[in-house]
Amino acid sequence: MKFKFWGVRGSIPTPGPNTVKYGGNTTCIEIRTDDNDLIIIDAGTGIHALAQNLLKEMPIQAHIFITHTHWDHIQGLPFFIPIFIPNNQITIYGGIDPVTNETINRALSVQLQYSFFPIREAQLNARINYTTVMPGVPVKVGSATITPIVLSHPVLNFGYRIDCDGQSIFFTGDYEPQLNIYDPEDDEYVEFQSFVDAKWNEVVLAMKDVDALIVDSSYTNEEYASKQGWGHGTYDSGIKLATAANAKKLFFTHHEPTRSDASLDAIYQSLLQNHPETGCELLLAQEGVDILL
Amino acid sequence: MSNSKNEKLIVLVEKMPAFPRSVQQVVQLTSDINASAKDIVRVIECDPVMTVKILKSINSSFYGLPHKVTSVQRAVVHIGLNTIKNMALGVAAMGMLNADNKANFNTSSFLLHSLTTASISKMLAERISLSSIECSDCFVAGLLHDFGKVVFAEFMPNEFKLALEKSKEQQLPLHQTELEFIGISHTQAGKMLAEKWDLSETLIDAIAHHHELDLSQNVLRDCVFAANQISKYMQFGDSGNPLIEDFPQSIVARFGQDLPGMCGALGNLESIKTEAQSFINL
Repeated sequence: MKFKFWGVRGSIPTPGPNTVKYGGNTTCIEIRTDDNDLIIIDAGTGIHALAQNLLKEMPIQAHIFITHTHWDHIQGLPFFIPIFIPNNQITIYGGIDPVTNETINRALSVQLQYSFFPIREAQLNARINYTTVMPGVPVKVGSATITPIVLSHPVLNFGYRIDCDGQSIFFTGDYEPQLNIYDPEDDEYVEFQSFVDAKWNEVVLAMKDVDALIVDSSYTNEEYASKQGWGHGTYDSGIKLATAANAKKLFFTHHEPTRSDASLDAIYQSLLQNHPETGCELLLAQEGVDILL
Repeated sequence: MSNSKNEKLIVLVEKMPAFPRSVQQVVQLTSDINASAKDIVRVIECDPVMTVKILKSINSSFYGLPHKVTSVQRAVVHIGLNTIKNMALGVAAMGMLNADNKANFNTSSFLLHSLTTASISKMLAERISLSSIECSDCFVAGLLHDFGKVVFAEFMPNEFKLALEKSKEQQLPLHQTELEFIGISHTQAGKMLAEKWDLSETLIDAIAHHHELDLSQNVLRDCVFAANQISKYMQFGDSGNPLIEDFPQSIVARFGQDLPGMCGALGNLESIKTEAQSFINL
C-alpha cells in the first residue's frame, strides 16, 4: 500500500510563497493498494491536482471516503474532473448527519446548484454512486478494508482505518479528543471523565498498531489554550494517540492556515527535540510526496 | 391498542415538542458563542423530550455504538457537543409543549415530578454504591419513566382525561384506568416507544415495569420505583396518579428503609425540588 497527500491545509486554501514546501491545498489523501485500487480520503481543494494526475488513467474507478462535510473537506468535489467523463465510476462514501438526517450525496448536490456552480448534478457524465457507511462496519474496496469510527468534531466526523495487503493506515479527519466539560469540583466530573476515558480507549483500539497514523494537529499547546472546543487536535495530542496506539509513523496534518513553511519547520524541530523517544517516526504531512509503507 | 394505532403514535411522537423552559434556554444558549458546554448539557438532560430524541438518534445503527448510549453526557462524548447542541435546537424548532392540553394534565407539574424522580433515583443509586454510569442511567430512567403520560396528554387528550378523572375520583392506579379508556397504559406506551427508539434494555425495563416489581430483577427499575413514590410522598409536582405505593419487602431490603424512613434518611429533599423548579419555570 502507498499513499500521497494532495492537500494538507486546514480550513481554507493558502497559496503563496510561504506555503510552497508543505502545500496550501485543503485535505485530500490518495491511497493505492498493491493492486492499484484507488481510495481517496476527503475532497478538499487538493483533489483538483489529483484529478489532473488521473486523466492519463481514464476510465477510472475511484472510491472517495468523506470524513465530514465541512467545506474544506468537500469543496474540491465539483472540480474532480473524472465526474464529467463517461465510463468513470465514482463512489462517494460518508455518514448520515444526525442533525439534518441527510446522506453524503448532499455534499455534492448542495454545491451543484445554479447559484454556486454552472453544471447541474444531472449533467455529470460519470457514474456516481453514494454509499452510507456506519461506524464499526467495514467496507471492502478491492483487497482493502475500510472501517469508520466516530471521532469528535463540531459535525459528524469519521476517522477511517484502511487495512490492506498486511498494512494499515488511519486518518482521523478533523478530531479534537474530548475534554471533560466539568470542573473537578463539579459532581458530574468523575462520571463524565469515565465516559471520556472509555471513548479514548475505543479510539486507541481503532488505530492500534497502524503503520501510518495521520492526525489533525492544527495547534500548538499555546494556541490550543484559546481554541478548545473548536474541534481540532494538537501536535501533543497526536503524539499521545500515536504512542497509545503503537503507531509506526505519525503524520501531522491539517496545518493551521496562517502557518508558514518556516514555522512548520521550526515546530517540527522542536517536536523532535522534545519527543526523542516516542517509539514512532514523526513526520509532517507534505503535498506531493509518495509514501510507501 | 392496535398495531396501526401504535405506529400512528410513534409517528406523532416524532413531532412532539419539548418543554417551554428548555426550548427557551436552548435557543438562548445556542445563540451565545460563549455559552458553557455544561450549561447546554444540563438543559438538554433535564428535558424528557430532548433527551429521548437525542438518545433515539444516537442509538440508531447509523452511529454504530458498541454499547447503547443511555445519557446525554455520553452522547456528547461520543459525537461531540456541537452536534448534540444542534440536535437540541432542531427539537426546539418544533415549538413548545402546550401547558394547557385538553386532558387538563399540567405538564409543568408533570415535569417537576419527572425531574425530582430523576434526581432522587440517582441519589438512591449513589446511596447503594452503584457505579457512576449506573447512577447516571438512574437519572435518565427517572426522567423518562412516565414519558407515556405526556404522550397521552398531547395525542390522546380526551381518553387520557377520562382516565385521570376516574383515577382521581375512585382512587385507582392511573395505569389501570388508562387501560380502560386508552387500551394501553403509560408503562406499555413508554415501553413500546423505548423499544422503537433502541434505548437500552435496562432503561426499557425500568419504564415498562416501574409499577410491577415482581416481573424482573433490575436495580435501576428499583431505584425509579422508590424515587417515584418518594417524589409523590413529598408532593413534588403531580404525576396524575393519586396513589402512593408502600415499599414492598424487596425494596425495603434493597434500600434498608420503608418509604417514610427513606424520605427522612435522604435529608433535605426540598433543595431537589427547588433546583428542579429552576429548570421549569419561565
